[in-house]
Order: sequence, then C-alpha cells, then structure tokens
Amino acid sequence: MSSDQALNAAVLRSDRFRLEREPDWIRLEEIVTKMEKGKARRLSDDDVLALPTLYRTLLSSLSIARENSLDAGLIDYLEGLALRAYFMVYGTQTSFSRWMGSFFGGGWSRAVRAIQFDIWVALAVMIAGAVIGYILVAGDSDWFYALVPGNFMDARVPGASEEALRGTLFGAQDEGGLAVFAAFLFSNNAQVALLAFALGFAFAVPSILLLIHNMALLGAMLWVFAQRGLTVDFVGWLSIHGTTELFAILLAGAAGIHVGRSIAFPGAKSHLKAASDAGKRAALVMAGVIVMLICAGLLEGFGRQLINNTAARFGVGGGMLLLWLVYFIGFGRERRGPDA
Amino acid sequence: MSGSKAVEPWIRHSANPKLDRIMVTPEGVALNVTIAAAGARAGALLLDLVIIQLISTLITLLSVALAILFLGGGADFLATDGPFGLIKIFYLITNFLLLNGYFIFFELGHKSATWGKRAVGIRVASRDGSRLTAEAVIARNIVRTVELFLPLSFMGSVEAGGSLVDMTAWAGLLWVLMFMLFPLFNKDRLRGGDVIAGTWVIQNVKKNLGDIVAPSAAIAPDGAAPTARYQFSDADLSVYGEYELQTLENVLRSDQDDALEKVAASICQKIGWEPGSGDERNFLEAYYTALRARLERSMRFGRRRKDKFSAEEQAGR
Repeated sequence: MSSDQALNAAVLRSDRFRLEREPDWIRLEEIVTKMEKGKARRLSDDDVLALPTLYRTLLSSLSIARENSLDAGLIDYLEGLALRAYFMVYGTQTSFSRWMGSFFGGGWSRAVRAIQFDIWVALAVMIAGAVIGYILVAGDSDWFYALVPGNFMDARVPGASEEALRGTLFGAQDEGGLAVFAAFLFSNNAQVALLAFALGFAFAVPSILLLIHNMALLGAMLWVFAQRGLTVDFVGWLSIHGTTELFAILLAGAAGIHVGRSIAFPGAKSHLKAASDAGKRAALVMAGVIVMLICAGLLEGFGRQLINNTAARFGVGGGMLLLWLVYFIGFGRERRGPDA
Repeated sequence: MSGSKAVEPWIRHSANPKLDRIMVTPEGVALNVTIAAAGARAGALLLDLVIIQLISTLITLLSVALAILFLGGGADFLATDGPFGLIKIFYLITNFLLLNGYFIFFELGHKSATWGKRAVGIRVASRDGSRLTAEAVIARNIVRTVELFLPLSFMGSVEAGGSLVDMTAWAGLLWVLMFMLFPLFNKDRLRGGDVIAGTWVIQNVKKNLGDIVAPSAAIAPDGAAPTARYQFSDADLSVYGEYELQTLENVLRSDQDDALEKVAASICQKIGWEPGSGDERNFLEAYYTALRARLERSMRFGRRRKDKFSAEEQAGR
C-alpha cells in the first residue's frame, strides 16, 4: 500500500494526522542522529537550513498530538525526538574560535566590570592580609615560620644577611630551567586561583581566608627584605610578574566573593537563580584568569630571571598592569554582547 | 511549575516519579525530562576518572619514551635544560589541561556529555530550558576542583607524610563526602557545580517511531477490512477509559498470542460478548480503533476520561 493509500484508508483522524507528518519527523530524526554522532559536517546545506523549521514543526505536532491523539507510543516518540532536536538547536553551538573571539573582544572585560564591587572587596581583603602579615612578623619574627611554608624559606628568613637576600633577588639561576619553572608556576598558581573561585561557593568566607593567607605570606616576606633595606628591590623583583599574577588572583578571589555574595544575598531572585547568574559571569572572569596566569608564569619564569635590574623590572611590571587596566576598563564598552 | 500543570494528562509518570521534571523550551512547549539518578552520576564520574587516569598514564609513558628517544639511555632525569626541559613542560601542561579540560571539552560538544556520561546515557542541560552556554560548562567544572581534586590531593599528601597527617586525611574525607552526598539532599540531584552554573544532568531519550497500532482496521481498497465484521455499540465502548486504551495499545504493540487471548477474553466478558477464538488480533484491533475514535472525539470537545473508574471530565477543571 502506498503512503497516499494508507492515508486515505486510515480510520482514525489522529492516525491520518500522523501519516501526513511522518516524513518530516523521520527526516528530522535522521539529521539529529547524524549530529549526535558528530557527523554534523556531512549534513547537506538543505538539512542544516531545514533543522530549525523541522524542529518547530515537530513541537507543534507534539502540542497537537497531546490534545488530539491517544496513541501513547506516538506521543512518547515525538516527546523524545523533540528533546533530542531541542538539544541540537539549542546546543552549545558556538565553535571554540567564535567563543574565543567574543571572549577577548569584550565578553571578558564586561564580565570583569560586572563584578567591580567584589573586586574592590577582594582588593581591600588582600591589602589587609599583607598588612597583617607585615605587622605580625614585625611584632614577633616567629610568626614568619608559621606563615611561610618551608619550601619558600631557603635563604629568605628573618635575620638573613643583606647579601644572602640580595642573592635571591638578583641571583643568576640556571637559565635552562626557566621554562620548566614557568610551566610549574603556572599550573600551581592556576590551581590556587581556581580554588579561590570555587571556594566562593561556601558564602565566600573560604575565598577571603585564602586571599588573606596568601597575602600575609607576602607581607611577612616584605618585612624580611625591608629589614635589610631591600624594600624597593623586593617590590621590583615581585612586580615584574606580580602585577599580572596578583591581579589574576585578585580577580579569582573577587569571582569567588561574587558567587558567595549572590548565594548569601540573592536579592529579588531565587537563591538558585542568583547563584547560577553569578556563576556564569564569574566563570568568564575565571577563563580570563587562566590566560593572565599563563602570562604571569612566562614573565616569572623568563622575565624575572633574565632582567636583573630593578628599574627595568618596574617598567615591565607597570607596563603589564597598565595593559590589563586599559583592557578591563576600556574594552568592549559600546557594543552590546553579540550573543546576549 | 504551577499547580495546575500537575494535572495535565500529558505529564509523564515514570517508574520513579521523584525524578520526573518539566522543562519549557524557548518556544513555550513543555517537555518531559527525567533527572539522572544519583547512581548513574556516580558511575559516570567513576568511568571518567578511570579514563583520565589512563590518559595521564599514557602521557607519562609518552614523556618517558620521548626522553629516552632523544637523550639515549643515559638520560639525566633531573636536568631541566635542552630537549628534556621541553618534555617536562609538555608533561606539566598536558596534565593540567587533562585535569581541567577533559570535562569542559566534552561537555561543550554536541552530546554535552563526557565519555562516562555517554556510557550511562546522561547529559548536561540548562535548568531553565535556555541554551547551555560555554560559561555554564566552565563554571560547573571549575567547582569540581574543590569538590573532588582538592580533597583528593589532601588525602594524597598523607602518603607523603608530615605533620597533622591524620587530621588532614579525615578533613579531606569529610570534605569529599560532603560534596559527593550533596546531590542526594536536593530534589534535582544538583551537585555544587550545577548550582553555580544553572545546569542539571538529565537522561537521554531515544524512542523509535512504532507502526500504526491497528493497521488491519484501515479501510481496505475493496471496502472489506478484516475487522469490519466487528461493530460495537456505544455501550460496548463506554466501559473503558484512556488507561485501558493504552494497556490495549501495549498489548497490540507487543503482539504476544497468549496476552492477546487473555485481553480479548476479558474484554468480551466485560461487554457481554461470547469470546470466539482464532481471530483475537482482528477483534482487539477493531475494539481498539473504535474505543480510540470515541475517546478522541470527546477529547476534541475537551472531555477526557482517565480510566474505567472515572467519569468523563471537562479539561481544565
């Protein structure tokens, strides 16, 4: 029996409804199956163009079938196909390169500006942490050993001579190891930054503690060098990569605080809605933090050891800071989000 | 969803109704979805961890092989310069990418699922029915760092020794348990990362389009369908509702002879017919078609009858 004959012969109106639309459903199912198998590129142009239309037709078929047909098997099929097609039509369709384009072309700087308040909070926390570290060690140098983990200590301990300290700042290290060192520093710092963000989940308290602890370490170290009159050199040594790295950690902490704050004080939205809105914004910032940490790792691994001069170090560090600030404050302002 | 939706007849009631949800597409059509059970989630994660471990082992082997290839047998494994340095960088970077990129890469694909998730038939989706964005996938997987990798490294550090060893191990264990059990304490089985990213994990569906339920009831070209000799009165058809119709549909679709006989006998008894034998399939197809035609007709007028115990109901009441 041909399909036309079947259509005319069907007794039930709902069966005729089905027979009329069946070919479209089957075509949609074939397209969706190909896409699910990762063969989207093998689809013909016609199929790609037809997908959204077929999907909307299917949704309307489903709505009609729910009101007019008692064929449970058919409704199950339509329901399942609608869900599969929905995921194809509304899937994560942005290709990686397009996403990168929109990310660097303003998505990132917009996300950073959106969490401005949290950045100020994180900055205040970080400064407070450094000051606390400095004051604690200044009051009682035993605090140094409590704050600084053993592997950082080597020559940099309270009471070390000026030469020993100067050696750690300007010492010529084995240059061949720099690249490895940079890679190690990157994966290490990246884990700390990811942690600072992810801990924001617990109402931001652990994020703040982590920031304070890391900065107290820095403050303690600063005191050691300040005791021998090496403050400026130490800051120079730190700034070449530190402006980028500390900025990245600042942003990561701010992203964590942003999420934690949104969960604790969701405002007019529901807790879950507020958390997911904040989480998506913060995730953009975090993707950027990883980029910054790659830069910081390269600067730290190569720049710091190769540039042995405080003024040049300040120059590179300050230049990087300026670059980031210009990007975050100025970039992507006029345009509305391309996918918003 | 609002309370009135809960009585809509198209809402699915699966074996575990606690996991049934409704997701509204941007077109405004509500679709039934089923949340992935906690066991499926755990199984998928375990599979993924095994896969990550395998890839990581491969990377290590590859690095060692490269080192031996380039440097000969007398490689100095502590040297950091020259080609060996490059291999070390390769090792560090690929491991970082593997640990943090594996989940993100696969969940951004068309299937929105890692290999582990595909194997158990689940996928990530946006909770509110909107597009699953790259940001959401990144967010839900960054949180995994705190949920899993960090406490695991706590516990790993115990082997390395040091002070506070026992406490660290217990804290790590408690931490993992807290996050691992988190999905069991909310109805949508969300883990921490799902909360932050606005996602949930649902089951894949794949249903085939079955044939027309009662093909022999169609009008044959010569006007004599094999079911034509069965004619039912209104009273014969008024004994059943939609639930019974769907049971009958299942029996017809599965096409088991003994089931057909049993159902045919019980319908005949109910409507006071003398059960014949040998022609059960045609009898049931005829009854099914007539019953469905009757129920669908009232349905078009907004009256639905749930099952044989209930009276017809006006929709929306």
